[in-house]
Amino acid sequence: MRSILAVLAVFASLGAQAQAIGYEGARHLLDRAGFGASDADVREYAALDRAHAVGRLLDGARREAATPPPAFVNDAIVPRRAIRAMAPDERKALLRTYVRQGLELRAWWLGEMLATPSPLTERMTLFWHNHFATSQQKVKLPQLMYRQNVLLRREALGNFATLLHAVAKDPAMLLYLDNARSRREAPNENFAREVMELFTLGVGHYGEKDVKEAARAFTGWSVDPQTGAYRYRPFFHDAGEKVVLGHRGELGGDDVIDILLERPETARFIAAKLWREFVSPTPDPAEVERWAAVFRDSRYEVKPLLRAIFMSDAFWSPDHRATLVKAPVDVVVGTLRLLDIHPADLRPAAVACAALGQNLFAPPNVKGWPGGDAWIDSATLLGRRQFVERLFRGAQADAMAAAAERPMEAAAAAPRGPAERMARLLDRGMGSYAFDAKRWSDSLGADADVRHIDRLVLAAAPADPIPAQLAGAPRVHALVADPAFQLK
Amino acid sequence: MDRRDFLKLSALVPFAGVPAFARAALDPGTRKLLVLVELKGGNDGLNTVIPYADPAYAALRPKLAIPRDQVVQLTERVGLHPSLAPLRGPWDARELAIVQGVGYPDPNLSHFRSIEIWDTACASDQYLDEGWIARAFARSPCPAGFAADGVVVGGGGMGPLAGRGIRALALASPEQFLRNARLAHPETVRTPNPALAHILRVENEVTVSAGRLAAARSFAAEFPPGPFGNAAGTAAQLAANPAGIAVVRLSLGSFDTHANQQGTHANLLRQLAAGLVALKAALVEAGRWKTTVIATYAEFGRRPRENESGGTDHGTASAHLVLGGGVKGGLYGAAPALDRLDGNGNLAHAVDFRAYYASFLERWWGIDAAPVLGGKFAPLAFV
Repeated sequence: MRSILAVLAVFASLGAQAQAIGYEGARHLLDRAGFGASDADVREYAALDRAHAVGRLLDGARREAATPPPAFVNDAIVPRRAIRAMAPDERKALLRTYVRQGLELRAWWLGEMLATPSPLTERMTLFWHNHFATSQQKVKLPQLMYRQNVLLRREALGNFATLLHAVAKDPAMLLYLDNARSRREAPNENFAREVMELFTLGVGHYGEKDVKEAARAFTGWSVDPQTGAYRYRPFFHDAGEKVVLGHRGELGGDDVIDILLERPETARFIAAKLWREFVSPTPDPAEVERWAAVFRDSRYEVKPLLRAIFMSDAFWSPDHRATLVKAPVDVVVGTLRLLDIHPADLRPAAVACAALGQNLFAPPNVKGWPGGDAWIDSATLLGRRQFVERLFRGAQADAMAAAAERPMEAAAAAPRGPAERMARLLDRGMGSYAFDAKRWSDSLGADADVRHIDRLVLAAAPADPIPAQLAGAPRVHALVADPAFQLK
Repeated sequence: MDRRDFLKLSALVPFAGVPAFARAALDPGTRKLLVLVELKGGNDGLNTVIPYADPAYAALRPKLAIPRDQVVQLTERVGLHPSLAPLRGPWDARELAIVQGVGYPDPNLSHFRSIEIWDTACASDQYLDEGWIARAFARSPCPAGFAADGVVVGGGGMGPLAGRGIRALALASPEQFLRNARLAHPETVRTPNPALAHILRVENEVTVSAGRLAAARSFAAEFPPGPFGNAAGTAAQLAANPAGIAVVRLSLGSFDTHANQQGTHANLLRQLAAGLVALKAALVEAGRWKTTVIATYAEFGRRPRENESGGTDHGTASAHLVLGGGVKGGLYGAAPALDRLDGNGNLAHAVDFRAYYASFLERWWGIDAAPVLGGKFAPLAFV
């Protein structure tokens, strides 16, 4: 009897997989795999079955950005020696330039998230940015942050083993976790610890001795102060025998990384993190184990793992819909995509993300953004409301915004709380972020009744019931102000 | 809003209904204020409270040791970093307690795990999901008329205030909060979806607190420019608010000085001292100095031996500062035993951080600490 039920369950699952995913399914997939979606996007996917929808997402993956980066990324970096020789004023001016360029970089990435034909590529690039968290606050040089972002995108849906080896030699990472200065006389443990705790095994799967030994293996992995490129310094390297996780030998950094990749905990750790990214806040150990096996069997290819995730019943389960709290990037980029707003200047959007707690290229620490419920406290909840409110007041404030010439970077760097930064931003920068309700409604098509609009805007029923007679822009306004709008 | 209204409203808050009624029964009418200052990233305790007379100190730190003549000498053995010179006044007035060697057994050297241990007040091998303040106030509620049980100023997560049995806010300043609170509405629905329940709870906290926070008052005391000065100014506003608040959490950092520590550390401690001294002046003005205690905490101290990068790596036990009109100033705990470092070259602790917490719970608030902290920890007598 039990086996018959099991067979039936398999058929039921296969049946679900062969059916079209439908409007709500398409919305769920695009919301989570990308950053929100317009009605047209959702309709396009709604007719596909699971395999075709997922295949289409994965086939569309990119290795490069579609939008051109800011021009400064090709500038030669200012060598450390030159900075040391600068007068204090000159040095301050340079730091201001870094801050300004950092803001341009954030705006460029948000623009890519909005414009890319493959939002999944940017979703995964952001996932790896959060995983290999590196902050411009410490690295300073915006070119190095850009180069890291290029690397994260190249392997976003590529190969995790390749990515891990490359990140360990990535100059921004080497500076961020102090490995650039680590030498055999006194190895710096920062990178060695985090590569185990946060990038591969997870806490509890290595000892303090492993950290110390691994730190020796990474000595000499450094950064050329002239070019900002990776440079191996043999004189800093400890070539002696080391023991890491039971492996003994004259290990170098790449050997240690290979040892970490051999451990079963690594695939499990990444698979569980992807569950929390795409499915729900509480991973199911059995399913995570299955995904981890897929990941290991493919030698850390990301696409087969994502295919397993997006094809799984767990991903599609009604129990897991609307269980994730949107990140600030979801709120900002997702709302702009949903409402079909395409601002020319995305620096205000970057400042908005920062004010809401997700300053791109500047995660709070190497563990990345804590996410989940922690995204929402009284300050950030009100900040989110302000952001969407402003989209509905856009047109009135155009003139005011045009008059405001205060540079955006001042707002980005200002040491103020989220609400105040947000208020300044709203006054100055978001004049062109106006929702065009008429154009939007016209684009929806004749069959778009209020129920259709509700299903497009919210992942769950509104927490506060909205009167049926409320339609058009006022209805959209009420929906984006509803607590359920914070869910995906 | 009177208390009856509040109870009605609280009863509608998901997960808060029962504690709200418990609150009415236990209403103590008042609760003194604790201002927690998190030194994020792990502050170098040895260069904050300096054992300058111990020859091992200079020996471990050829580059980083503060020269004896620059140390703000408090006793024949212990002094403060020169950036903390403004705290000399409170020390002389016996309003500054220095607790040395605060840590815990089997220390964890990960920032994230260790601050989780501090925030949740658990043992090194134990995992709890609520902050120690949240647990304490769930057992022993704050007065029902309070504006909020706790307020986190300037972001950085809810830390010790994270949890369901507590009304906690995050804000940058009361004015801004009040300006924006109109965007929140009381929510009456109940939901099995934990993420939505969290959002609704925050929404309700905003609407309740907005009715009880007064607009800004001004102080003669001047706060230093910068984020920590601003946050200290907000702490003063909150302390002076007519409806009470039991905990304010500020943070400063990053103290994670693996490389080139000297300038960064001096600058951070300067901000700390300037902010605390300004906060003291404002609290005196507001008549709250005697009923407020300010206390620092951090995930760990730093390693006694400096590293090759002119910095210090993750350590264990550290010194913390407790400041207030009701504080019994002086030295507590034990001087760092630099001759008895552990296998990682780190210090053994002299005071369990839960004993440090128990001092606030029992001696400041009269809350039985053992059930909150999961065991008996003898409080220190600094409050």
